[in-house]
Amino acid sequence: MNAQAVEHADHDDHAHGPEKGLLRWVTTTNHKDIGTLYLWFSLLMFFIGGAMALVIRAELFQPGLQLVDPVFFNQMTTMHALVMIFLAVMPAFVGLANWMIPIMIGAPDMALPRMNNWSFWILPFASTLLLSTLFVEGGAPASGWTMYPPLVLQTGAAFPMLIFAIHLLGISSIMGAINIIATIMNMRAPGMTYMKMPLFVWTWFITAYLLIATMPVLAGAVTMLLTDKYFGTSFFDAAGGGDPVMFQHIFWFFGHPEVYILILPAFGIVSQIIPTFARKPLFGYSSMVYATASIAFLSFIVWAHHMFTVGMPVEFELFFMFATMLIAVPTGVKVFNWVATMWKGSMTFETPMLFALGFVIMFTIGGFSGLMLALTPVDFQYHDTYFVVAHFHYVLVPGAVFAIMAAAYYWLPKWSGHMYNEKLGRFHFWMSAIFVNILFFPQHFVGLAGMPRRIPDYSTQFADFNMISSIGAFGFGLSQLLFAYIMISTVLKGKKASDQVWDGAEGLEWTLSSPPPYHSFAVQPTIK
Amino acid sequence: MKSLLSGGLLTLWLLPLLAQADWEVNMTPGVTDISQEVYGLHMTVLWVCVAIGVVVFGAMIYSIINHRQSKGHEAASFHESTTVEIIWTVIPVIILISLAIPAAQALVKMEDSSGSALTVQVTAYQWKWHYEYPEQEVEFFSNLDSKSREASARNSGIDPNEVDNYLLEVDNPLVIPIGKKVRLLLTSNDVIHSWWIPDFAVKKDAIPGFVNDIWFKVNEPGTYRGQCVELCGKDHGFMPIEVVALEEAAFQSWMQEQQAAAAAKAKADEQTWEMADLMAQGEKVYGTNCVACHQAKGQGIPGVFPAIAGSPIATGDLAPHIDIILNGQAGTAMQAFGSQLSDADIAAVVTYQRNAFGNETGDVVQPADIAAARQAGQ
Repeated sequence: MNAQAVEHADHDDHAHGPEKGLLRWVTTTNHKDIGTLYLWFSLLMFFIGGAMALVIRAELFQPGLQLVDPVFFNQMTTMHALVMIFLAVMPAFVGLANWMIPIMIGAPDMALPRMNNWSFWILPFASTLLLSTLFVEGGAPASGWTMYPPLVLQTGAAFPMLIFAIHLLGISSIMGAINIIATIMNMRAPGMTYMKMPLFVWTWFITAYLLIATMPVLAGAVTMLLTDKYFGTSFFDAAGGGDPVMFQHIFWFFGHPEVYILILPAFGIVSQIIPTFARKPLFGYSSMVYATASIAFLSFIVWAHHMFTVGMPVEFELFFMFATMLIAVPTGVKVFNWVATMWKGSMTFETPMLFALGFVIMFTIGGFSGLMLALTPVDFQYHDTYFVVAHFHYVLVPGAVFAIMAAAYYWLPKWSGHMYNEKLGRFHFWMSAIFVNILFFPQHFVGLAGMPRRIPDYSTQFADFNMISSIGAFGFGLSQLLFAYIMISTVLKGKKASDQVWDGAEGLEWTLSSPPPYHSFAVQPTIK
Repeated sequence: MKSLLSGGLLTLWLLPLLAQADWEVNMTPGVTDISQEVYGLHMTVLWVCVAIGVVVFGAMIYSIINHRQSKGHEAASFHESTTVEIIWTVIPVIILISLAIPAAQALVKMEDSSGSALTVQVTAYQWKWHYEYPEQEVEFFSNLDSKSREASARNSGIDPNEVDNYLLEVDNPLVIPIGKKVRLLLTSNDVIHSWWIPDFAVKKDAIPGFVNDIWFKVNEPGTYRGQCVELCGKDHGFMPIEVVALEEAAFQSWMQEQQAAAAAKAKADEQTWEMADLMAQGEKVYGTNCVACHQAKGQGIPGVFPAIAGSPIATGDLAPHIDIILNGQAGTAMQAFGSQLSDADIAAVVTYQRNAFGNETGDVVQPADIAAARQAGQ
């Protein structure tokens, strides 16, 4: 990346500063304000979803039922997933996109600022609707986040609330994605060609297309559930000529690209951070772009690997097995490129770099178990066991979540103008990295030994590893309080951060002041 | 400091393995030729991943140790190489092809259920399994064993470690002969379930309106255990699968016992029962079929499963009470027990529900009443 601003915008022009008071946040159309809103919202939801995970791990601490009933346990597994996916990780990435994409491409704001406000402000309503199901008759949805019929149709009063919450979240995501695509296509500064865009922008550009392609599919699927339950249709009811397996095909046609919606922006973040702290340009920029696009394409033709056990013709199983295995190729290229970027660099290990390196190692471990799961005959043994739970938590927690935390440490000095406490940041990393492995690594073992997922109680031979896993969960959960403390205290006060922040960092964001002016790039920067 | 920490991390992973060697950390090789082939594939792909991990993480760690600013390492400036990119695209492709070939061969074998010697129809219910041997005219339900059921109640005070095969024991296991290709036809009565015995390396969903088939040929006699592996509601964790594999002769004598027991059961429907006998049998039937939702004292789970104690159905007219048990309640977890239970069992459980939990209606229902209700419903 040679992108450099040759002339700076006039930073003193504050004719349109932020409004005062609470109304600033309600009416704002400023990408930085909206990005901030998204990020705080997602942090709050991260703790709510995390608290649900701790209920699960507390119950699983030892065999027998001690704390909750199976019904509530199932509500917790379902809500934990929905909250973490739709309310924590996705909004965090959209928040980062809001903050960084305009700044990285030299645009003054997002292309559609009013819609941007709306995309965010749908979320508090959608999340309230979803979370309030915990208090209605029959409790929250308990059918798993995958909402398979016929089981999901047994949901009580929570059912329509679940469906409408998903509709709202889908609308929010689609609008966010449209905005990101419109911004990237129309608002790049002169000279910022596509192949000069920072990789974070590239990965989000591709992610936005995945969102637009798949969120309507999910909305359609859940709407069919709604009409099956209330309006006498039989889309998924075999007794009425429907097909319960069709829901799974439709759901996973959304669901697998969704998995990459949760990880591609993380690839982008790591691709920004490693070059900075290796003081060496990203290795294989264009191959990184092509690899991301290949992964996105493949994500549309591998969905049935989530459902190898439903009984498909062997030809289909072979196709989906081969297609799934292919994903290892572009994903491998990305990992190799990150290692090659580090190779012969001049590395330092500040907190963002630690999280990025933790990401590369642990995401790769999750990738390995992904390759194992791709092999259909062996998948029959792994499917719906804790091995799968370990797999997707490795790619989502020390994967996606670590990348989000890396991004937060990396750009927080830019956003707030304050430097966080490096010692505390590193301590947070090591606590998180150690406990996340204590939490999830033993789950590989119990899964291989035969423990199914989504069960509130288990046979005694699984007891020891479950206890270790629960200890890890509480350690990991408590460590995140430190993250919240570091973020809040840094925003409130802290050592003044320089404009450059990191000596090895390149890109337009570092040409702005720390914090950046409310309206940046009022005059377009020119890219070399 | 960092290497110390990562060393500590590694020890923490390994500590449990060192402390107690019988902690199970790996997949079972199982007791069928297929399961052993699957286990072989699993170990192959595992070692391939370990080998790739050693190379990639090795390069990373070498770089982290040596190419750091604090050691005065100057950054190089290279940032692309088409040759290198092609190499690390082609090598993984070759590795993947070498994995895909044996996997595809195994898969084709696993999916070929032709030429079976015995067929068993398996129907999943919330939350039990029904096994039917159509040619032998033997059928039965397979429920979680009552000891596990009692111990798994919340704060039961029973230590699960004291229960044999906690949550993995059933009242009536599936019984099969060894050395023969056994085919299961799987379907479901309500929601999607999934049938899995790790030792056989077969797992397939039981889906309402669909019939899936699986097969296995067990080499050694023994008891093999598994669980439902598709979330199916409240008691998903409490519907285990137990398969007993017997030598051919033992299997045949087991089959004859079952056929005799079925004849005895048919007789029970013809009799007129005493109230005390109905209550005793009803309590048993309730404990197997009803207790999971309606709970031990008939109190239900508010907002999810209705109570029986003092309920309008169990204390009101007889006909709707018999009807809901025979035909279930559409759109809820209440199943149609008419197809699952004999007239005598339904008569017993109706009598029990109408006289237990403080419902003291004094009603006595006979198998003939149930037969009449069935007749009227047709």
